[in-house]
Amino acid sequence: MATSKVEGSSSLRHAFGGVLSVFILLLIGVVAFSIRLFSVIKYESVIHEFDPYFNYRVTQFLSKNGIYDFWNWFDDRTWYPLGRVIGGTVYPGLTLTAGTMWKLANSLNIPLSVETVCVFTAPIFSAFAAWATYLLTKEVKGPGAGITAAAILAMVPSYISRSVAGSYDNEAVAIFALIFTFYLYIKTLNTGSLFYATLNSLAYFYMVCSWGGYTFIINLIPMHVLLCIVTGRYSSRLYIAYAPLVVLGTLLAALVPVVGFNAVMTSEHFGSFLVFIIIHVVALVYYIKGILTPRLFKVATTLVLTVGIAVCAVVVAILVALVASSPTKGWSGRSLSLLDPTYASKYIPIIASVSEHQPPTWPSYFMDINVLAFLVPAGIVACFLPLSDASSFAVLYLVTSVYFSGVMVRLMLVLAPAACIMSGIALSEAFGVLTRSMKFHITKYFECSHTEAPAKLGESTSTESSAPLENMTKSDTTEKPEVARKEKVARRKQKKEKELTENAHVKPVSAKKEKRPLVLPLEASIVSVFLLIVLGGLYVLHCVWAAAEAYSAPSIVLTSHSHDGLHVFDDFREAYAWLRHNTEVDDKVASWWDYGYQTTAMANRTVIVDNNTWNNTHIATVGTAMSSPEKAAWEIFNSLDVKYVLVVFGGLVGYPSDDINKFLWMVRIGGGVFPHIKEADYLKDGQYRVDAQATHTMLNCLMYKLSYYRFVETDGKGFDRVRRYEIGKKHFKLTHFEEVFTTHHWMVRIYKLKPQKNRIRGKSRKSKLGSKSTSSKSGGMTHKNPWN
Amino acid sequence: MTTKATRPNKKPIYFPVPPVSFVSSLFPSAINKIKRQNEIESDLISVQLLHQNKIREQIRCAIEMAKSTNDAQLLIQSLRKAYAATPTNLKIIDLYVVYAVATALIQVGYMAIVGSFPFNSFLSGVLSCVGTAVLAVCLRIQVNKDNKEFKDLPPERAFADFILCNLVLHLVIMNFLG
Repeated sequence: MATSKVEGSSSLRHAFGGVLSVFILLLIGVVAFSIRLFSVIKYESVIHEFDPYFNYRVTQFLSKNGIYDFWNWFDDRTWYPLGRVIGGTVYPGLTLTAGTMWKLANSLNIPLSVETVCVFTAPIFSAFAAWATYLLTKEVKGPGAGITAAAILAMVPSYISRSVAGSYDNEAVAIFALIFTFYLYIKTLNTGSLFYATLNSLAYFYMVCSWGGYTFIINLIPMHVLLCIVTGRYSSRLYIAYAPLVVLGTLLAALVPVVGFNAVMTSEHFGSFLVFIIIHVVALVYYIKGILTPRLFKVATTLVLTVGIAVCAVVVAILVALVASSPTKGWSGRSLSLLDPTYASKYIPIIASVSEHQPPTWPSYFMDINVLAFLVPAGIVACFLPLSDASSFAVLYLVTSVYFSGVMVRLMLVLAPAACIMSGIALSEAFGVLTRSMKFHITKYFECSHTEAPAKLGESTSTESSAPLENMTKSDTTEKPEVARKEKVARRKQKKEKELTENAHVKPVSAKKEKRPLVLPLEASIVSVFLLIVLGGLYVLHCVWAAAEAYSAPSIVLTSHSHDGLHVFDDFREAYAWLRHNTEVDDKVASWWDYGYQTTAMANRTVIVDNNTWNNTHIATVGTAMSSPEKAAWEIFNSLDVKYVLVVFGGLVGYPSDDINKFLWMVRIGGGVFPHIKEADYLKDGQYRVDAQATHTMLNCLMYKLSYYRFVETDGKGFDRVRRYEIGKKHFKLTHFEEVFTTHHWMVRIYKLKPQKNRIRGKSRKSKLGSKSTSSKSGGMTHKNPWN
Repeated sequence: MTTKATRPNKKPIYFPVPPVSFVSSLFPSAINKIKRQNEIESDLISVQLLHQNKIREQIRCAIEMAKSTNDAQLLIQSLRKAYAATPTNLKIIDLYVVYAVATALIQVGYMAIVGSFPFNSFLSGVLSCVGTAVLAVCLRIQVNKDNKEFKDLPPERAFADFILCNLVLHLVIMNFLG
């Protein structure tokens, strides 16, 4: 009776714990969703930045025309006159997901517009990602660590930065797919079930559809398999987890048009094939070892080694010859720039020029993962006690993602889940020890009136074992209790549940550890838990601040606070709307490639180059045109059928990322293809300046003229608020372009190409026909015709 | 069986050298003839020694090779015996694996003759064979009664997983076949 009662109460506690975990996870999902809504509240429900506009346009097309047209879509409104095969060059995961959600909502008669669905896709999938982190960490360490990790991931600023409401980019769904794929891999590894292996391959397929970063998965998992084999942890579950994934995964990856045959021909995938062969060899070796006697096995190994090494050498020689014959050794440019960080700046200036591709600074680590930066090493230690396949995978994932995040700031995003998992593990382990100590001391205090001697014994053992644990727990902090607490206190204010959670988690642990308490002194535990609460509070505070202030700017609408209130700069949309309403549908607009996606999406006009940057020569053509004098630029633009030129200028209001600041990149990229553009011509004494000391080439190039045309009329002196000096050439006229629109704050300026003159005025025509000797005479009498 | 070193019957003849040289200066021809005889004898002895060493080594090699071929034969025999002891259902699965791999090799050979266009058909053909072989190996692992890790997995469940995974594989293959 008593045992069944105990069992009943413990099963009731387990059931209650289960319900509570579900409730906590629901709350974590709500937090993850709502912390990303700051930009919607502060600005409006609008798509941010540049890349999301392309995805939005593609989703619009998909929702209007259906999937077959989308799959076969050839877009003739970008990269004029080349066009772009959208069906074959876009990662379809994000757009298909949003399109499906839109279709589902509309079929249930919930009238959401495509824009709304696109804006809110990222927060929804970040809630899913938090739940996937719970599942993954539960497989690695246990449900307590899972909930902690999920709560941390819901708020980590690095992930928020790429998944705010409105940031409709590939990473919004890709990070969820990444974590979910890893979860299924670890689940297969732990259970050895082929069902989960199938699901793993399907999740990998979703990841390949979503993001180019899928190569991280297909290289990390083979690395982990190799690690397991080398450290002697080979088991048949490892084979079941890996071999079907390679075959099915390669096939599924080849299904996606963007990847196609790259899945079997590029070096990014060779690692997986190599480990596939290795695991088969190892499996065979273990099988033969199992059925032979040891002596015969030794003989077999010598026989096989002599033959095998010869064959291997031949195969490796062939492979090396094949790979070395291609100049990039089979790797794509982006992967090479990850492996060799200096590659891009030497060979592909476009990749080097993107600000997201620069290495991060040290403070950005603290900004993006905050408290986790010093919880991660504690998590690594906790993973080694005890080491299992899953925890070795977590450590490997963390180490590789730390390396890649050091190469490119955009990849801090891949580090975020790893850091959250590690911190969750560290915190839950530390929390376990601390609450166990507290409970032990409290129960001992209540029982000490009955038994004196065993209590003393317990104390001596606790003081012995507290010393080695000091290091681990002093540096650890727990977050799960007070994050969960904070949420509950903020929303429900039920203290009783706190104690019950503690009991639910501590009870089975303390029952096991009756022999060796491994507890800390009571005062230290209480103080530590209090410090954890404070630390967790600081983390939450930082995350909310980062989400609200740093990462919620939509980049298309700018605000600034000044003494006379809030100024809103909506110039971009003003310019695109003007283009949409005042130009013909077939007019071509030339601008720098940053604005291509926005122009096609919002202004609905054909552009010459856009953010896809797949054709370096075309971009170099535009760059050359921007760097040339007016006549040459007109020639280039006329040959591309361009009607309008768009430049972004921040000198009047102090907007720092305008075209004049980007101009040197235009020169470099243009100079890379057209050698008559030399960067040194635009620099005075190695310095880039546009004031009176600027070079002649700089003061006469198209970019300067289009940016500063009539700028002197604003304040009489032509003071540039970004560069902080007066401009060099103030009064000049444009001969080949005419200004058609300048926005309210002069941030976007649109010019039209003047049509070529129909007839040339009399005298200069005669002088053209005549000899050069008469030119000097006639030069003084007539205007110099700029069209000659 | 080892050969013992046999001593030459003849004992080497040692002449005291200085008197020979001294005497040889006095009586050159006779002394030289004796010297030459001694040299020939020592040469003969060294040649005999060498020959014996070579024979010794050859015999040693032959024994080792005999041992290794003996071992190899022993190895193959024991492998065959151990494999014959596996249950029939596992042998059926192994046969299926061999058949799938053989089909894949035939396809690769055909591609080598005919050329690889269209490449997607070749890929899907080879990968379907390799894939079903891998899945069959996984099934064998899960059904094998000697495997401690899977002792509480009913073989019907293992087979159902195998079928499901094959379904997904072949759906993808059908799509990719072109």
